Amino acid sequence: MKKASIIMIIGPLFLLGLFSFPLWNIMLGAPQYPEPLGMNIHIDGLSDMNEFDLQNIDGLNHYIGMRTLPKPDEMWEFSTFPIVVGTMVALGVLIGILGYFRKVSYKWFLGWFILMSILGVLGMYDFNAWMVDYGTNLDPNAIMKLSNLDGTPMTYSPPLFGKADMLNFKVTSLPSTGAWLMFVGMMLTLVAFILGRKNRKFAVMKESSKLITS
Amino acid sequence: MKKYSFYVMLLIGFSALLSSCGNQGDGQSSNGALSSSTAEKAYVAPGEHDEFYAFISGGYSGNITVYGLPSGRMFKEIPVFSQFPTSGYGYSEETKPMLNTSFGFVPWDDSHHPDISQTNGELDGRWIFINGNNTPRIARVSLSTFETEEIIELPNSAGNHSSSFVTENSEYVVAGTRFSVPIPQRDMPINEYKGNFKGSLSFVSVAPDNGRMNLEFQIIMPGFNYDLAHPGRGKSHGWFFFTTYNTEEANTLMEVNSSQNDKDFIAAINWKKVEEYVKNGGGTKIPAEYAHNVYDEHTHTATSTMKKEVLTVNPLDVPGAVFFLPTPKSPHGCDVDPSGQYIIGNGKLSADLTVHSFDKMIAAIEGEKFDGEAYGIPILKFEDVLAGVVKSGGLGPLHTEFDGKGNAYTTFFISSEVVKWKLGTWEVLDRQPTFYSVGHLMIPGGNSAKPFGKYVVALNKITKDRYLPTGPEMEHSAQIYDISGDKMELIYDFPTHGEPHYAAGIPADLLAPKSKKIYRLDENKHPYAVLTPSDAKVTREGNEVHVYMSTIRSHFTPDNIEGVKVGDKVYFHITNHEQDFDVPHGFSMIGQNTSELLVMPGQTKTSLWEPKKPGVWPFYCTDFCSALHQEMQGYVRVSPAGSNVPLTYTLGE
Repeated sequence: MKKASIIMIIGPLFLLGLFSFPLWNIMLGAPQYPEPLGMNIHIDGLSDMNEFDLQNIDGLNHYIGMRTLPKPDEMWEFSTFPIVVGTMVALGVLIGILGYFRKVSYKWFLGWFILMSILGVLGMYDFNAWMVDYGTNLDPNAIMKLSNLDGTPMTYSPPLFGKADMLNFKVTSLPSTGAWLMFVGMMLTLVAFILGRKNRKFAVMKESSKLITS
Repeated sequence: MKKYSFYVMLLIGFSALLSSCGNQGDGQSSNGALSSSTAEKAYVAPGEHDEFYAFISGGYSGNITVYGLPSGRMFKEIPVFSQFPTSGYGYSEETKPMLNTSFGFVPWDDSHHPDISQTNGELDGRWIFINGNNTPRIARVSLSTFETEEIIELPNSAGNHSSSFVTENSEYVVAGTRFSVPIPQRDMPINEYKGNFKGSLSFVSVAPDNGRMNLEFQIIMPGFNYDLAHPGRGKSHGWFFFTTYNTEEANTLMEVNSSQNDKDFIAAINWKKVEEYVKNGGGTKIPAEYAHNVYDEHTHTATSTMKKEVLTVNPLDVPGAVFFLPTPKSPHGCDVDPSGQYIIGNGKLSADLTVHSFDKMIAAIEGEKFDGEAYGIPILKFEDVLAGVVKSGGLGPLHTEFDGKGNAYTTFFISSEVVKWKLGTWEVLDRQPTFYSVGHLMIPGGNSAKPFGKYVVALNKITKDRYLPTGPEMEHSAQIYDISGDKMELIYDFPTHGEPHYAAGIPADLLAPKSKKIYRLDENKHPYAVLTPSDAKVTREGNEVHVYMSTIRSHFTPDNIEGVKVGDKVYFHITNHEQDFDVPHGFSMIGQNTSELLVMPGQTKTSLWEPKKPGVWPFYCTDFCSALHQEMQGYVRVSPAGSNVPLTYTLGE
């Protein structure tokens, strides 16, 4: 249980990476942008891949009537997500410490993992909803109003994951360092749970074998 | 068509077979650049980058053109001494002062010899210097913005030809006068030239941090023609060498009268000694008038200052600083090998090259073995300083460059060829024809301590039949030879702009990574810049109207202006708000008596318009900036003088 608890303490700490590394990255390449424009999505705001990229993405987006990219104070998520992540890290570490002193059982490790997964899915859902709104809810006076082949107005939501063609741009949207650190951290808590359960079984077996031999 | 090209290929293949059979052993193919392996050597695939930058002087274009080697593709023309309507250089209010001189605004010059700044004798890629030959000037061009940053005029000089060459650590950029003149200038009979006219050698210091130039001193030499020059390097660092002609001091029918002496001189100047003399208070300050023009990258504006005096040095006052090395046949190019040991005088009326030895020169000076004097300056004995003679078999040697592997390459104007020879043995190793009448040649770093001896470019004076004819006036031609092997191999041929004289080359990886992509708007210190569109405005001070205008894809802010009157001077101060690579905006106004402006991202430029007729006059963006470029336009309402239409400016109302 000691080993499992130490892993449970370390795992959530990986989520602290989200405070310095981006969660997600969206790259926009086009013939006239051989060096693609890029946007990093952090839990507390957006940042340039290369300096002035956000400004230049906004400059291009204004042709198709997209709103400018949100500043940190323009979306509640950018102030809430850091609190949620910070709280979850503290909670995870606390569970690990309590596990170390055998105050809580290994099942709490799984509980943390499930809670974090639910929050993660909710976060992704919210993120996707924002992208759909951002790419669909366009200025009616946009300079370029394009239609799909079936006559419906063209929308410009970037993909949540993977590649997509948007007009002259090839858009690639992938998890970034912060997300990978989060993934590793969460997996560690799962490992902690599995280890904890194994140890528990082993301990139970030892207990029962003692009973038998004595 | 397919069939036809098949036959052509067959024919080319067959003739290649024939010629390679016929020429076996001599290592040269008569097919020249046609054979596929040769073509590949100059081929840089679409999207790929060249290995070297070549900065080729424009001669009477007054500018520098930038090419890639080995592809011969032209990347840019950098305006230096000439007005350039393409960008507005010399037309915009900010850059007009760059072309100011003691003679007033001079919108043109004849640019000859670019030289890249050096540290420890090696190219450092900070700046490139170039001379204005006609109205003596030296310019400094930044190699991060590829824009002219500074121009200094040289007083007491005429035909600023042995210029502009930098010393080993860019301590000085040095300039000698081709035409001797009365110093100071005065009204006197021309035929009293001899003994009365003087030649000045100017030493312009270069500030190590920002490159700012200052004319430190001028050595006032006898009235010869100081033709070309190069600095000593390595062991000869601290010396400068100038070829001279017209030591006869003739003043008319020069082609005959200045070609009478069998030997002219190479003037060897120990500038370190002169520098020390000057630092200790030596020299005489004399009145002079010369302009010093500096462009600031952050205000995007040039200022011109008129200087009033110059420090002159009489060489006789600095013993041991100046000597003459007799050199046959009106030498033209003066070149120093990478080690600094050999000084090559290219005697242009001869078949041979004269090579002097620096060590022998020092020994002769120390032994005081003089062969007389000229105006008090000791003449060393020819035999005592001679290292060797290259019996070239060519005619009319002009310039020599080095490959850093012990070989030298000399151009022969009259016999139209480049000759490769070996330093030390003076043996001729190879020769290749040029097309035609080659002047300078250039190996990247070929006149520094560390040449990059892979290509040599021959810069020719005569084109004739090399390309499709374009009437009597044609661009000049240049050839690129691969010199990585034992024999030179012609790999490409391309036209050059203006009249190229010297050129300077540098490996691309020394420059490309630090080439600026944009000017930062947050570093823009132009007094009339607008940093956000909400600051855009129009103000009036008497009959001066200042339009503070910003541009971004795809509109001007403001784009409707009323209240301008006939007789006003309207200054459009355009700030480009883009911060994206390669998105300039242009500006032009109908009937404007000046050029357009091409404004780079983050930059501010100003254009003056003096409306002459009432009406509503459009302006537009001249650079196809975006899909909405055609919409990037605006109007100015001009009312008759004395009317009281209020001054208004709007966008989107």
